[in-house]
Amino acid sequence: MTLWPAGNYWAHFGVFAAIIIAFVLLMVMAFIWFERRAFGPFQLRWGPNRAGPFGFFQPIADAIKVLLKEDIVPAAADKLVHWLAPVVVFLPALLIFAVIPFYKGHGLVPDLNIGILYVVAISTMSMVGVFMAGWASNNKYSLLGGMRAIAQMVSYEIPLVISIIGVVLLSGSLSMYAIVGSQDIPFFLVTPLGFLIFLLSAMAEINRGPFDLLEADSEIVAGFHTEYSGMKFAMFYLAEYGHALAMSAIAATLFLGGWRGPGDAYAAIGVMWFLVKVFFIFFLLIWMRVTFPRLRVDQLMGFGWKFLFPLALINLFIVAAEVVYWGDITWWMVLVNFGAAGVLILVWSRLFKLGGGRVEIEA
Amino acid sequence: MKTITEPIVVNIGPQHPSTHGIFRMRVVLDGEVVVDLEPIFGYLHRGIEKLAETRTYTQVIPLTDRLLYLSSMACNHAYVLSVEKLAGIRVPERAEYIRVIMDELMRISSHLMAVGFFLNDMGCSVYTPLLYMYQEREKILDLFEMVCGQRLTYNYMRIGGVSQDLPEEFIPALKKFVAEMPGFIDEYEQLLAGNEIVLFRSKGVGILPKDLAVNSSASGPILRASGVKWDIRRADPYSVYDHFEFEIPTGEAGDNYDRYRVRILEMRQSVRILEQAIKQLPAGEVCSKVPHLFHPPVGETYGHIETPQGEMGFYIVSDNSIAPYRLHIRPATLINLTALKDMVVGWKLADAIITFGSIDVCMAEVDR
Repeated sequence: MTLWPAGNYWAHFGVFAAIIIAFVLLMVMAFIWFERRAFGPFQLRWGPNRAGPFGFFQPIADAIKVLLKEDIVPAAADKLVHWLAPVVVFLPALLIFAVIPFYKGHGLVPDLNIGILYVVAISTMSMVGVFMAGWASNNKYSLLGGMRAIAQMVSYEIPLVISIIGVVLLSGSLSMYAIVGSQDIPFFLVTPLGFLIFLLSAMAEINRGPFDLLEADSEIVAGFHTEYSGMKFAMFYLAEYGHALAMSAIAATLFLGGWRGPGDAYAAIGVMWFLVKVFFIFFLLIWMRVTFPRLRVDQLMGFGWKFLFPLALINLFIVAAEVVYWGDITWWMVLVNFGAAGVLILVWSRLFKLGGGRVEIEA
Repeated sequence: MKTITEPIVVNIGPQHPSTHGIFRMRVVLDGEVVVDLEPIFGYLHRGIEKLAETRTYTQVIPLTDRLLYLSSMACNHAYVLSVEKLAGIRVPERAEYIRVIMDELMRISSHLMAVGFFLNDMGCSVYTPLLYMYQEREKILDLFEMVCGQRLTYNYMRIGGVSQDLPEEFIPALKKFVAEMPGFIDEYEQLLAGNEIVLFRSKGVGILPKDLAVNSSASGPILRASGVKWDIRRADPYSVYDHFEFEIPTGEAGDNYDRYRVRILEMRQSVRILEQAIKQLPAGEVCSKVPHLFHPPVGETYGHIETPQGEMGFYIVSDNSIAPYRLHIRPATLINLTALKDMVVGWKLADAIITFGSIDVCMAEVDR
């Protein structure tokens, strides 16, 4: 597999960039529809069912609505940063897809040799935008949201990366393409603990589910995007779902075997498998979001540092030892790792408590 | 380099997703920790006490609907009970039973909302628990609609009884509801009490100690969660509550979890009272003959009942005219709110929100 499969790389870049932008925007719409539709049964209601069959055109109606809305900028806001923040947040969500292999050798840069490193580096960037938004809005809720974003980011990036290193050790490559190629046994079976840690950290990274502290609506109104309206707000909304899509795609690639599945010799079936896996991961995210209450900020930090971080490290050591011992991915690994994951989770849940208590305030 | 931090003042409210109306908490935050809190209210003041002075005794009843809008029936009851006490009006026994049935249905409905909103404040950000609670509340509202045609502001009770008798389809519908409800309460408990995040967020948080609860004259589930066994239905029995067997659930720690727990247990007791009330419901008239305009003797009285939120009392002064000379309301939730600062100082911002939610305030009653 060459880096520029089409030879003429300008044409290749143009075509695939357009495809990726279209794909991401379409998928984001599909995700929004899917999430709202999936919320329905969870909440004893229908979900959107007015615009088109099964409410399928609801995201389009929403998009038209936000496009037509007035864009309000607070008088005391830092105008330039306020304007720039949504772009900085949304851009990484698109850039990540440059290295996601949808199918063998198809993608913008399908076989970048530092693929996963690039993904980690790029996905971190969006938090800069979040903090820019929090700072520039000149609103205390936004500032609190921005501060929470940075704390959450720093805490959860580490277990995320360590759980990815486990996968890299197993496949022996940083390239997304090679990682998919080495998954004769899907990696979520080989490192179940790594998969769990990745999923939880990813949920914290993309501010969803029980980890949506930076836009905690019952506490700090809407967090960093309190002061955004119209299309700028829509950019944040797009970015949120774009990141959810990106993380689902990465999880599907790293742990669920990407496009691989029965009949993946045909490109269409391979891409279908990839999408099915992406939607499966996204469904897990929806399920958690709709079920759980939010963690408190110190509990969130405690969960990151006391649970995910040490477990990720231990998991990494176990995987490293196994790779040295067996040299190849075997079913024995699956057995040992499932046992280890069960024991570790049990032990850790007994050993540690989340978060602190009351802080004494001097009157 | 030395880092200097200073606390910031954040105005939570008057317009905020989880202040349950227009309420403002002036919070001083040191990072995420609440250093100081000052509740500021009065944004929803409508002068109900003053308005009552210009209306006849019967015309005041619709005003009481607008007090605790999540438990209007109980407000109706508190007011008519006080006026009956003032004027010495006898209430037929059937009417008393109907009132008890309405009160207990109202208690279940209000507690459902309280628990739902508590979890909503906790961050079930897409309203899932709340929508489950609505499912049962709808059935109760349907029952109310059957008896009085209204779903929020009932205006059902009258001085001397209730406005009309129960329709014939009411009792079968009530029986069905009472039979189903314990199962639903079990379901909610399974879904929520086993949830680790709910336990971590609420246990030991926002503690209201027993002595402070008594000293701040808190009442209702807030007081009982702190371990004080005080319920006006038992302490000063009104209506026909002395005919029923029920227990008064109490908590131990007085934390957010206990307040949530006491509400769940009270719902079970309410179902028990409803079962007995259906069995004992006598036949007869539902309203004694009271003239539209009547002159209570000169004097003053205080009547109180146990609303879902706590003790609600009406202090009425009569000068022998057709309207109260002075009417004062003891708002349960306003007095429960006074201990808010002691409950949340030292906890995080998110705890302040859920502690406020656990008090189950209704700003319409706080500001009157």
